[in-house]
Amino acid sequence: MNEVERTVPATEEGRSLTVRIWRGAQDGEFVSYAVPWRANQTVLDVVTEIQRRIEPALAYRFSCRVGVCGSCAMTVNGKPRWTCRSHVGHVHEDGVLTLEPLRNLPRIKDLVVDMSGFFDKWQQAGGRFSGTATRHDPPAAVDPYSRKRRLADAAIECINCGVCHAACDVVAWKPDYLGPAALNRAWTLVNDERHAGARDTLKRALADGGCCACHTQGGCMAHCPLGLSPTGSIAGLKRLALLEFFKGGR
Amino acid sequence: MDLRLFMLQRLTAAVLGPLVLVHLGLILHAVRGGLTAQEILARTQDNAWWMAFYGLFVVAAAVHAGIGVRNVLLEWLRLPRRLGDALGLLFGAALLVLGVRAVVAVGGAWA
Ligand code: SF4
Ligand code: SF4
Ligand code: FES
Repeated sequence: MNEVERTVPATEEGRSLTVRIWRGAQDGEFVSYAVPWRANQTVLDVVTEIQRRIEPALAYRFSCRVGVCGSCAMTVNGKPRWTCRSHVGHVHEDGVLTLEPLRNLPRIKDLVVDMSGFFDKWQQAGGRFSGTATRHDPPAAVDPYSRKRRLADAAIECINCGVCHAACDVVAWKPDYLGPAALNRAWTLVNDERHAGARDTLKRALADGGCCACHTQGGCMAHCPLGLSPTGSIAGLKRLALLEFFKGGR
Repeated sequence: MDLRLFMLQRLTAAVLGPLVLVHLGLILHAVRGGLTAQEILARTQDNAWWMAFYGLFVVAAAVHAGIGVRNVLLEWLRLPRRLGDALGLLFGAALLVLGVRAVVAVGGAWA
């Protein structure tokens, strides 16, 4: 891999940040850019600066810039993270940032991956909500303190960013593994008393490639920027699996 | 399939846990008062409890390890599923045969 060096015109206080960015798709190379060091900047700011000032063809994704949409996830110095919520000062290594697309998903161009396989797995895991009520029924009265609702609430805030999916070694080893995000979603639905397809969701989450493939190593939990625990959700599914098994259902 | 194997592996692990502890205790007991093969065999042979205990041990270990090896082959070596299944099964079966032979040799009424 031969590295190309592109330098930015100006640096502030003479200090600069070296940013190595993956250019290309599955095949490609790292290209190094030097940008001014600023006291307050996120990794996403840096990528944007490079795209605006040096490399207009650089492809990357973002939308909200404040940790709400989940579209800016990349691999930063080897770890998956939201670039908009990663302060350069906290993640650089000796003044160097190495940026790659998220792991475990096909690379399209530069920092952009094809997320469709990731979303397909949500569907495969039974992640689609189906209601029991119509618009003429009164809203469901869900007790927020019920056990099931609390279990669902603990996992519900996921924004589909794919960070945990990229962090999971089992996803890397077993291409048909549904992965932490999809199973976490299934867990919320299994515990949602309004969901009509809870049985089906559970069946899918327990099928081959489902929760039983998880090694409980917690990579997903360690990297989720929201501090969610797909590991815990999957452990919950495994407990239900045990019950199913003894009920002789499978 | 995955669910069943997963459960079997968990259940055999639960069985193996206490068995391993007893096994360690038994080793201490078996070597007390002389370490020659003769002396040890005198204490183990023709002992139904011993046979039953290690019979269960061997079956649980063979199932547990067979499934584990299958997972390693599928996940780390990325073997095709069928091949992983077959090799895991073969490994488990080999353990079973070796184990049963050993149990019979050490605990049986002959040898
Ligand atoms: S706990 Fe399970 S889902 Fe999470 S990273 Fe580990 S193997 Fe993957
Ligand atoms: S569980 Fe966390 S890391 Fe995984 S997709 Fe949801 S928000 Fe992202
Ligand atoms: S840009 Fe929306 S989460 Fe980072």
